[in-house]
Amino acid sequence: MAVTLFAAIDVGSYEVEMKIYQCVTRKDIRQIDHIRYRIELGKDTYNTGKISEKKVEELCRVINDFVKIMEGYKVQAYRACATSAIREAQNRLLILEYVERMTGVSIEVLDNSEQRFLDYKSVAFGVKDFYKIIQNGTAIVDVGSGSVQLSLFDNDKLVTTQNIKIGNLRIHEKMADLSLHAVHRERMVEELINNELESFKKMYLKDREIKNLVLSGNYILEILMKTSVTKPEYLKMYEEIIEMRPEEIAKKYGIPSESASLILPTVTIYKRIIEELEPDMIWLPGMNLGDGIAYDYAQKNKMIKIPHNFNDDIVAAARVMAKRYQCNKGHIRNLENLALMMFDKTKRISGLKERDRLLLQIAVILHSCGKYINMSNRAECSYNIIMSTEIIGLSLQERRIIASVVKYNTTDFSLEDIVTQPQMTNKDYLLITKLVAILRVANAMDRSHRQKFSNVKMELKDQKLVITVETNEDITLEKGMFPPKADYFEEVFHIRPAIRQKKVL
Amino acid sequence: MENDFLKPEYYRNREDSWVSFDERVLSEARDKNIPLFERLKFLSITASNLDEFFMIRIASLKDMVHAGYTKKDIAGLTAQEQIDMVLKRVHDMVNVQYSTYNRSLLPALKQQGLEVVIQHEDLTKEQQKFVDSYFDENIYPVLTPMAMDSSRPFPLIRNKTLNIGALISKKGKKNETQFATVQVPSVLPRIIELPSGKEGVRCVILLEEVIERNIGKLFLNYDMVCAHPYRIMRNADLAFDEEEAADLLKEIQKQLKKRQWGEVIRLEIEDGMNKQLLKILKKEFDIRGDDVFAINGPLDLTFLMKMYGMDGFEHLKEPSYKPQPVPALMDQDDIFAAIREKDILLHHPYMTFDPVVNFVKQAAKDPDVLAIKQTLYRVSGNSPIIAALAQAAENGKQVSVLVELKARFDEEHNIVWAKMLEKAGCHVIYGLVGLKTHSKITLVVRKEEDGIRRYVHLGTGNYNDSTAKLYTDCGLLTCSEPVGEDATAVFNMLSGYSEPKHWNKLALAPIWLRDRFRELIERETEHARNGEKAHIIAKMNSLCDREIIALLYEAAAAGVKIDLIVRGICCLKTGIPGISENITVRSIVGTFLEHARIFYFFNNGKEEYYMGSADWMPRNLDKRVEILFPVESEELKEELWHILTIQMEDNMKAHVLQPDGSYEKVDRRGKVRLCAHEYFCKEAKERAEKPLDPVRDRVFIPEEALKE
Repeated sequence: MAVTLFAAIDVGSYEVEMKIYQCVTRKDIRQIDHIRYRIELGKDTYNTGKISEKKVEELCRVINDFVKIMEGYKVQAYRACATSAIREAQNRLLILEYVERMTGVSIEVLDNSEQRFLDYKSVAFGVKDFYKIIQNGTAIVDVGSGSVQLSLFDNDKLVTTQNIKIGNLRIHEKMADLSLHAVHRERMVEELINNELESFKKMYLKDREIKNLVLSGNYILEILMKTSVTKPEYLKMYEEIIEMRPEEIAKKYGIPSESASLILPTVTIYKRIIEELEPDMIWLPGMNLGDGIAYDYAQKNKMIKIPHNFNDDIVAAARVMAKRYQCNKGHIRNLENLALMMFDKTKRISGLKERDRLLLQIAVILHSCGKYINMSNRAECSYNIIMSTEIIGLSLQERRIIASVVKYNTTDFSLEDIVTQPQMTNKDYLLITKLVAILRVANAMDRSHRQKFSNVKMELKDQKLVITVETNEDITLEKGMFPPKADYFEEVFHIRPAIRQKKVL
Repeated sequence: MENDFLKPEYYRNREDSWVSFDERVLSEARDKNIPLFERLKFLSITASNLDEFFMIRIASLKDMVHAGYTKKDIAGLTAQEQIDMVLKRVHDMVNVQYSTYNRSLLPALKQQGLEVVIQHEDLTKEQQKFVDSYFDENIYPVLTPMAMDSSRPFPLIRNKTLNIGALISKKGKKNETQFATVQVPSVLPRIIELPSGKEGVRCVILLEEVIERNIGKLFLNYDMVCAHPYRIMRNADLAFDEEEAADLLKEIQKQLKKRQWGEVIRLEIEDGMNKQLLKILKKEFDIRGDDVFAINGPLDLTFLMKMYGMDGFEHLKEPSYKPQPVPALMDQDDIFAAIREKDILLHHPYMTFDPVVNFVKQAAKDPDVLAIKQTLYRVSGNSPIIAALAQAAENGKQVSVLVELKARFDEEHNIVWAKMLEKAGCHVIYGLVGLKTHSKITLVVRKEEDGIRRYVHLGTGNYNDSTAKLYTDCGLLTCSEPVGEDATAVFNMLSGYSEPKHWNKLALAPIWLRDRFRELIERETEHARNGEKAHIIAKMNSLCDREIIALLYEAAAAGVKIDLIVRGICCLKTGIPGISENITVRSIVGTFLEHARIFYFFNNGKEEYYMGSADWMPRNLDKRVEILFPVESEELKEELWHILTIQMEDNMKAHVLQPDGSYEKVDRRGKVRLCAHEYFCKEAKERAEKPLDPVRDRVFIPEEALKE
């Protein structure tokens, strides 16, 4: 039995915490230590745009302590992630570099979509029978300090996930600005959230029936003290809690008093969503980002077996997006099939990684979304749509790659075009080029959007990628479009794709 | 809760109750059934107890008076009223102390061949010669006589030291007297053995008598008018603003120096001291009235502890008891393996403290151990635990030690070894601002085949191997997962991290413990109100928390049977009609110092047992980090029931609180004599002798190969 110890560090908006997990191969993953330190980085960021040196020093001291604790447990690996407080701080790069120099710990800043994806994983980790639950309509509400993430599942698949910029700390600070006191603060919170919720309902919920609602976020489990409740039970608790002052809440539920002031916005957000979605059952896994990081680690290192493919959720989110922009479903399916097959066949020489395959797939799914806006300028439009839509599980940088692949699928580009853009490097150029090469060839093979080829086979032979297609149709168009794309492919991979038509009788 | 239970007349003043406790100790010194030298020891203890009582309790009452603090205590008394009442009782008690010494102990000692020469005037010629040369050779070099005149102010007299005050006059100027003083050196033995000149008789004299006899040698150009011993007690309570004190360590060192200068709160003088001399002392120390104690006998009776230690009187002492091995650990060298097998209860001093020391020692050496964490409050000099912790750090274990710098009178000691631990590479933390860490907990984190396992020791007494031979305490060794998780959380919290989101098993002061006790007591009240059987047994050192007492009154009034075993202060009154008739209070004062805290709740038949570091005192519940832990193994619960029952049945050393506030020994008529201390000693011996399981002991001897 191999025992692996792993640490997950979460640099949050009002707390820095470290969880130590123990993973026993083929058994379970269990939290064995949890160290929390209160430090309101978010307050600095949300008020002044920067995190003060004093707080950064304090952060270093805590992280150094964490390092000692990790050494104590002899952990094999760790992952340290930061969220909106650092992400939105103007001095984030200075902070990250300084912390790493002082502590040796490299903190990774998560984009909202990455963070929410890990939160979602933590829910999958924490809710018993999660994979059974999401067979039916399920919503996950994740209340963070800066925003709320609402995700819908049905038939074991992610339907959509949306980010609403009304987190509990944000609301709390807003109410403090307006110096709104005691009387019915909850009404104002409701008003703040109602509008956002209305559009969400219209666009995504439609007549979908929500059976389960999963509430994720800090302290809600402490208040309800049960891992599942019904709607009336929740509302009863809510009525009690809005009458209480933060100090009373802190005392009654054993919550640090500084955090108690965030309880009111949190429970109100949950309440409004519960009223709108009318779930049969409400689940409270009591998990947080740290658990997601650990689950992700264990999954990636194959320490646990998970009956669910999380990449499918990312793909599903992209498909929902493609549907909204009325992309041609059949064409996309065909293209996915061709592109991914090409990817797999050339993997040995292309130098592309597993994660790149996912990026390619999503680029294929979204390759024509810009047409919805403007037929003639679709490359630019697609790029803009992708850049302004969050896709859960993908970082901003990954999205930038995808958007570029889609854009340069139909337009020419040079090294300078890429690396002169902010955040783009030579490495990114190489990745984009390789994915574009594959996408262009695949696209050329279904120029007519009529999926003329069936039963496609590919074989790598003597510097050639032989693509055998079965069809009795006229493929002159495809064949004619093919050579320039094939030239480009050859330039990139030193392999020439060639189409062989096999007529079926 | 109805206010009724909070009436001041239902409560006893805590200082008043404390004096009763010291009287119970004194009654041991007066008990003729006890070996003579043991009685000396008890008398010595009453004296050192009184010293501490003055330094802390009377001092803080005086502070309150000076500060104009008018709030009344639990029994409705102002600080001044308390001082007046208590001093009167202390004067009475001191009289009993000295009549015990003079009329009972001295004659008995003489009878046993140990003569104490009370005054130097009574020395024989030969003895005079002996003490004079002893003075010249040993005492004179270390004396620092100090005189007061217009150019030299009154000198600093150190707290608790014994001094000889004298009036002297320049030779030939009889009428101009001057004050002079000399400290009786604490580096020299207080008891000096003299040649007796008689077969089978030993003779001793006290150091101050020898100095008094030779005091003329210190002031050669003067005539001696008079010389008398005196002793002062100063206000010793450390008072500092922790928020302001950036470095706690430095602040405590600074305060320790200041302690020498605290206000004088008691002056002890030899009975019959020269009036003029007394007047000077009273003026200089700014002290009067009941704060001055005229003593008929030697000042500072703590020298009796040294007399107890004299060789040659073993037949007059209780044979010393050797703590016995713990049965659960007897055939198991690996303490971790033993704990994995089952939870282990330790009952000191009947059982040896070695397992606790070994727990740390073995962890220090074990390659699988990752970390050791421990709280230390009072430790022995040259503590093997500290040595083991240092060793562990050197072996590359992560060692975190919480050293409580605020442990009263141990501050200096604690600073020294805290620094030593730091040097060895331990991570030393100094506790939380404003809270004393009084909990006793050790956590050993071990990486085993199937993952991390945590071993925890939780105790009611300090990690002090010397006092563990004298104090009765309980401890629990366990590797239960929920307790281990909580233990980790305790140390995270003590290191300044946020409290855990919830506790599995432990209840901690100052935040959660009071509520927990309230719930436990109220649950019994509830059961009693529903007409069900309800019973609480609680054993502790002191009971003076107003809220807890009110809850107990309420419970008793509702019909809960409450049996309390409270060694020291008890502000609860028994026998109040309709309120506390269901409550019994007993105090066991004997060979060992009762120190364990055990709590039993009947809970409608699902009995619950807890142990912990906290008394039912406001300071324990509100101002300290304390831990209450449940004992859940059925076997150990039975054992605890046994311990409590034997204590309840003690009819030798138990004193029962009467409705009038006095303590009476149990009426033994028609009962078998039972002394809990003796019983447990005997039982521990028997259990340790119990033959081991023959099957486990059986060893087949393999045939050895034939040699060619």
